[in-house]
Amino acid sequence: MTAVGPAAPVTSVPDEVQQRGADLGPRLAVGPNLQPTLDEISRPGRASPKVPHPPADALAGVPRQHLRREPLALPELSEPDVIRHFVNLSQLNYSVDGGFYPLGSCTMKFNPKINEWAARLPGFAALHPLAPDELAQGTLELLWDLERWLAEISGMAGASLQPAAGAHGELTGILMIRAYHHARGDTERREVIVPDSSHGTNPATASMAGFRTVTVRSAADGGVDLDALRAALGPQTAAVMLTNPSTLGLFETRIEALLEAVHAAGALAYMDGANMNAVLGRFRPGQAGFDVMHFNTHKTFSTPHGGGGPGAGPVAVNERLLPFLPGPRVAREEDGTFRLERPGERAQSIGRVRSYQGSVGVLVRAYAYLLAHGGSGLAEVSEDAVLAANYLRRRVGEAYELPYEQVCKHEFVASARSLKAQTGVRMLDVAKRLIDKGFHPPTIYFPLIVDEGMLVEPTETEALETLDAFADALLEIADEARRDPETVRSAPHTAPVRRLDEATAARQPDLRWRPMTGAQTPCPD
Amino acid sequence: MAYSPHTPADRGRMLEALGIDSVEALFDDIPPAVRARGLDLPPPMAELELAQRLEGLAARNRVDLVSFLGAGAYRHHIPAAVDAVLSRGEFYTAYTPYQPEISQGTLQTIYEFQSLIAQLTGLDVVSASHYDGAAAMAEAALMTVRATRRSRVLVSRAVHRHFIDTAQTYFAGGDMTLEELPTAADGTTDLESLERELADEARPAAGVLIGQPNAFGLLEPMAEAAGLAHAAGALFAAVVEPVSLAVLAPPAEYGADIAVGEGQPLGIGLQYGGPYLGLLAARSDLVRQVPGRLVGRTSDVDGKRAYVMTLRAREQDIRRDKAASNICTNQALCALAATVYLASLGPHGLHDVAALGAARARELETALAGAGLARIHSAPYLNEFAVLVPDAEAVHARLLERDILAGLPLARWYPDDATLRDALLVCATEMTTAADIERLRGALGEVLA
Repeated sequence: MTAVGPAAPVTSVPDEVQQRGADLGPRLAVGPNLQPTLDEISRPGRASPKVPHPPADALAGVPRQHLRREPLALPELSEPDVIRHFVNLSQLNYSVDGGFYPLGSCTMKFNPKINEWAARLPGFAALHPLAPDELAQGTLELLWDLERWLAEISGMAGASLQPAAGAHGELTGILMIRAYHHARGDTERREVIVPDSSHGTNPATASMAGFRTVTVRSAADGGVDLDALRAALGPQTAAVMLTNPSTLGLFETRIEALLEAVHAAGALAYMDGANMNAVLGRFRPGQAGFDVMHFNTHKTFSTPHGGGGPGAGPVAVNERLLPFLPGPRVAREEDGTFRLERPGERAQSIGRVRSYQGSVGVLVRAYAYLLAHGGSGLAEVSEDAVLAANYLRRRVGEAYELPYEQVCKHEFVASARSLKAQTGVRMLDVAKRLIDKGFHPPTIYFPLIVDEGMLVEPTETEALETLDAFADALLEIADEARRDPETVRSAPHTAPVRRLDEATAARQPDLRWRPMTGAQTPCPD
Repeated sequence: MAYSPHTPADRGRMLEALGIDSVEALFDDIPPAVRARGLDLPPPMAELELAQRLEGLAARNRVDLVSFLGAGAYRHHIPAAVDAVLSRGEFYTAYTPYQPEISQGTLQTIYEFQSLIAQLTGLDVVSASHYDGAAAMAEAALMTVRATRRSRVLVSRAVHRHFIDTAQTYFAGGDMTLEELPTAADGTTDLESLERELADEARPAAGVLIGQPNAFGLLEPMAEAAGLAHAAGALFAAVVEPVSLAVLAPPAEYGADIAVGEGQPLGIGLQYGGPYLGLLAARSDLVRQVPGRLVGRTSDVDGKRAYVMTLRAREQDIRRDKAASNICTNQALCALAATVYLASLGPHGLHDVAALGAARARELETALAGAGLARIHSAPYLNEFAVLVPDAEAVHARLLERDILAGLPLARWYPDDATLRDALLVCATEMTTAADIERLRGALGEVLA
């Protein structure tokens, strides 16, 4: 591994690179200042006290064998150190607040600021999760409304707000399907079918829930191959997990026949709702025949991604699966007050999938988003998302292959297969070069079934000028790949770091800073 | 529409470029039989109406009571620096750092989070985060099954009820069992039972899970339990509360192979249950069994220090059905909150938070004893304990009428345990004041009279 000097922050971009940046793009994607770590800026005795000192005998009641022998080692910093450190780090990040983030399958739409304000209202933020129902009527009403609205949007009978993320919702859904079959004495269904275009979470979920995964191929038009699905289905099939629109951004036009085949085999149909942003108010999965689906509030309903989370993955189900939903749900009494279900109130519930009620702070944001839009606004969200994607697809198609001919929904796949054959420049290189032009790259090499693929999702909140600038950048890169492929292959040039040595990172994992031996100053008291 | 930048002219230009008259043409691929015709939801609201509606709802929650309620979610002072950092759009509106060149901020903060939790626990490998303490414990239980190729996990019944319930739900999917270990009269895990269960050679245990402090606030004989687990070839996982680790022995010291816990006390608001932060740390030789993201330090092609997600062959997007877990979205922003919290408090600040909570709890114990209420268990505690209150539910309700949230009646979590029928679990933190304790003492005088 390359030796790294002690805490030498890079305070400026070299002139040559800056010049290249000016030539090559509208602006630097992110700030240039790499930072030393918290332990490198730590100095013994530095602190900004936050709580009063405890009395000297505070721990007198705790037997010695339970106490630390060595004082705790943590960095020692003043508040100004802390703030500058994290502000400078923040500037190394690309974000939706700062620029276009067309990450396919991830729905990086604008995160409304009123939602952040709402989640921080003390009435929501300071409420204890075990507070008696009478102290929590505001949040309980919010959750009650939200469950009903999600049921309306999904065309389902009810929902659980407990799952913490999409994959957690998938696990919840598949465990409910398992419980459903078992409740009917049908215990021999040990397989879950997924298409080859599915998210990796689908097969991983099936394994986690104790099922074998069977993968079926996609047809030439990008949809699930109906014959392949029929051949895979049988009395051993517990569920089929479909994403609709698919991960290629295409609506499953054979959806009626697919669902009929699933149910004819006695299996249930799970819908991965990652792509709901395309079809709000135009396709209700429950109405169409799906038995269960999850939402990703951090995709469809604008809750921020947070650098990887937290999200929320509510799961909606039809009448058939309603008894199996995790508890507690919110119930409404005859007098109009709300309460949480009591343990054991629904005997067939699969139980909890996490502690307490769910990622309520995230759900407050999703609720605010739904209130702002209402039913008509949500339909318009999908219209604008789909219009923007099709427009951008048309423009990107001027220089990249479009493997699928039909209209797309909220995202589309383009391929650099020919570009690579002609120039040696891969989609990875194109993606990295986009960074120099001030854009976050789209998702690349997913779904796995498209060679040199790029999945582009503009969302409804990007202006036409942004869409055009992004398309222009992709076209310039295709041109540049022919003129000067090396510049593309070695991109990015203007980011704070260049391409990383990922092989060494995996071979010799360095997952934490050097061990520190203990606080270097005695406690002030 | 609320956040759309498109003017009618913009939409017209896009439609024109596509050669269509109406956006409806873009939805022709939805078969008529499954096409929906709009949604029956309330009408849109302007921002002012929205703010008023949300303020109204928030105002119907009550968060102004004097509270002694903990039970796994704790009220702490959150330094203002935490929200100042969390409010930066560069952090909270970024995605998972799949493009490391423009995600060094998030990646370095995750590396720092891993390092800080490693210092707290003494264990070298720390996952970038899990959904919450319950999900982290379920993942740890599954991890012991994978690592030992055994299928039976033992968990103390004195671990948070929701954690055990969650793990049971996760375990429903496989040929594995999760069995509860009883507690002894002093409130800690019964080591004789543990020894007996571990001696069952026909059903060898994969892992043993015990809380420190446990769900009754008590300090467990962790070193002895770890020794028993290891002697039987099982892994030992500690379910910890992170603030307590400023003063209590770190899990590595008493032989834990894995430590999990709820990270909410590290600068994350109560929020009626989430988003919280699942902590999971393990010995370095277990690294390939660790579920969830890991960030490593490496260098770029110029030799400049940089951070990247690593050991990705454990993850669902690479390994699909062979992945260590299906987790994708995690709790990155909550992990950032914990990182800023620990950086702001430092070793002495965190020690003071833990020690102040312990001091207040002793004052609380003295006050309750003065009102005739004694502790139920004899084992030592840190800042939470159970007291015997005749007719606990009724007393709890009467204190609520006096704006005092007097903890958790434990019969709600242990309905079949006669020894806990009249148990009230109370806690103190640095937020608890002498005046709070005096209020409780006064109110108890009226209620118990």
